[in-house]
Amino acid sequence: MRIISKMGAGLAAVTMTAGIALAGNANQIVVDGSTTVGPVAKAFAEYYMGKHPGVNITVSESGSGNGAKSLINAACDVATMSRAMKNSEVKAAQDAGVLPIEKVVAMDGLSVIVHPSNPVANLTLAQIRDIYTGKIANWKDLGGPDQAIVIISRDTNSGTYESFQTLVMNQAKLTGKAEYVGSNGAVRQRVMSTPAAIGYVGLAFTEGVKALQVNGVEATPETVTAKTYPISRALYMYTNGRPKEGTPLFDFVNFCDTPEGMKIIQDTGFVVKK
Amino acid sequence: MEASGATTGVTRRDAPSLLLSHRARRRQRIAETLGRGLLLAVTSFSTLAVLFIFVYIARDAIPYFRQEGFREFFTSTRWYPSAKQPEFGALAMFVGSGLVTLGAILVAVPLGVSAAICLSDVLPFSVRQVVKPVIEILAAIPSVAYGFFALVVFAPLLQERGGPILAVAAGAVGVPVAGLAVIVAADLLTDRLPDRARRRARALALAVLGTGACVVLVLAVRSLYGLVIPSGTNALNVSIILGIMALPTVVSVSEDALQAVGRDLREGSYALGATRAETLVRTVLPAASSGILAAVILGVMRAVGETMVVWMASGNASQIPRPWYNILQPVRTLTATIAGDMGEADQVTGSARFHVLFAMALALLLFSFLCNTSSEWIIRRARKKVGG
Repeated sequence: MRIISKMGAGLAAVTMTAGIALAGNANQIVVDGSTTVGPVAKAFAEYYMGKHPGVNITVSESGSGNGAKSLINAACDVATMSRAMKNSEVKAAQDAGVLPIEKVVAMDGLSVIVHPSNPVANLTLAQIRDIYTGKIANWKDLGGPDQAIVIISRDTNSGTYESFQTLVMNQAKLTGKAEYVGSNGAVRQRVMSTPAAIGYVGLAFTEGVKALQVNGVEATPETVTAKTYPISRALYMYTNGRPKEGTPLFDFVNFCDTPEGMKIIQDTGFVVKK
Repeated sequence: MEASGATTGVTRRDAPSLLLSHRARRRQRIAETLGRGLLLAVTSFSTLAVLFIFVYIARDAIPYFRQEGFREFFTSTRWYPSAKQPEFGALAMFVGSGLVTLGAILVAVPLGVSAAICLSDVLPFSVRQVVKPVIEILAAIPSVAYGFFALVVFAPLLQERGGPILAVAAGAVGVPVAGLAVIVAADLLTDRLPDRARRRARALALAVLGTGACVVLVLAVRSLYGLVIPSGTNALNVSIILGIMALPTVVSVSEDALQAVGRDLREGSYALGATRAETLVRTVLPAASSGILAAVILGVMRAVGETMVVWMASGNASQIPRPWYNILQPVRTLTATIAGDMGEADQVTGSARFHVLFAMALALLLFSFLCNTSSEWIIRRARKKVGG
């Protein structure tokens, strides 16, 4: 009962920020957060709205951190995140009267990508770490051509960066030479056009570039689900309190468990969780 | 018909009269007061907005310095705002901002000032009427479009053909500049000689200096040709794009300054027998110099404050290039850092990380304020000088 009333209050705040006079409009869902989860959420929203014309779902992509912030400020109903909420964020949410409920939507592997012309095909996790800390600075040390490595990273504001920091870097600091770009697409674009570049992106963003094997394992949906691929992670949707069964919000968050949802996840290049 | 009412002797209430009725006068006075008050409110609103921006940015910047002190911010290049032990060294950003601004000025000022001279003193009026608006269109292109171009077109181009492009550019700039310099130098060297010796000495000087210049140029072009640029998102890329973005400002303001010099000064110079070139170099440019300086300062402000282009195409690497003038390496600027780090840096999850961005904003604001004030002062001085 308490959760429901809390949710009602949250929804009212959301509709107020969205500029809609109807308080507690359950047919309006605002989604904000990770640029990685964004495509999935958008495809979910499109499919769901096609089936239920009365429901309006808006999906924004402003980064996992911003998604959490929006949920805390009651500016969205669903925060999409490519990392789990930090303790500090959960605490901030509780202080603001928001109870974040976690739902794993899909799995994602971070692909380490290089230019298609690069002969290097396999790196160990330690080698990738050494490249990003600046210990290895030339491709010739890795069996490639004599070229200085151009290191591309996502900006410190992204969930992808945080996952990379956690899964690969063990929180070691990147070299000052690393270049930072603002989206998965931009990393792909930079690596695609730069022969000496290395970058990391979500599994869905490897078109036109060469994805490396890590520790001898290729990044495929199978290896990510099985977690044999070393750089894999879960993708989340957070709501304020557990959504009430039968509401559009409940349907949206649990859409990943339906056959249509699984198909969409696969079509967008992510991996259905086991 | 109405107007004639007053002359017929019949008094009508709505008859026009120079004397206003008591009520009308009061109404007018109220309207006047209201209008004046409204205008005052609007004017003070924009002034207060500036003041409030200053106060609020300073208010959020000061906690950073209180928590972390000044030392790391101004002396370290290590920027790890999201790490467990965060580091907030902003020195690389100051250098990066300075470097791309310097580069942009090196592109925008020679191009912009020569274009302005061309527009005001060389091209016929009808051509100028067409060309100036076209240059000003550059200012209307959204900066994200420049950024997209820099990232998707220009950066790969620099990586693939950077050396040849730089070589051709150096040639295109170097040949006319060197030619002019050689001719002027030869003239200066042989100016004092008697007539007959002068002609020969001049030819000799031309030959020697010309050969020297050619050798230097060829060597420079050859070394540039072999240059490989590993990463196209670097200070050079951004400098060129920012330079193009600052062009309309520089052209417009310097052209206005050149126009303000006036016909009488120019004609006075012609009357003394000066050629057009002499008039331009000796009379018009010195008279317009403070206006041109103001144009340069406005161009600097445009380049320093630009965010989208540098965020997309400067590489955002928090390092000081080695050596510092190596503009072929990626750099990070203050504006791009504020834009890129704002999302995660909220008041809840890390306050130093939030306040440090305001410290950067305050530094930028102070710099802009300084630039604006000095350009204001220079323009006012120029007006006084030209006016009397």
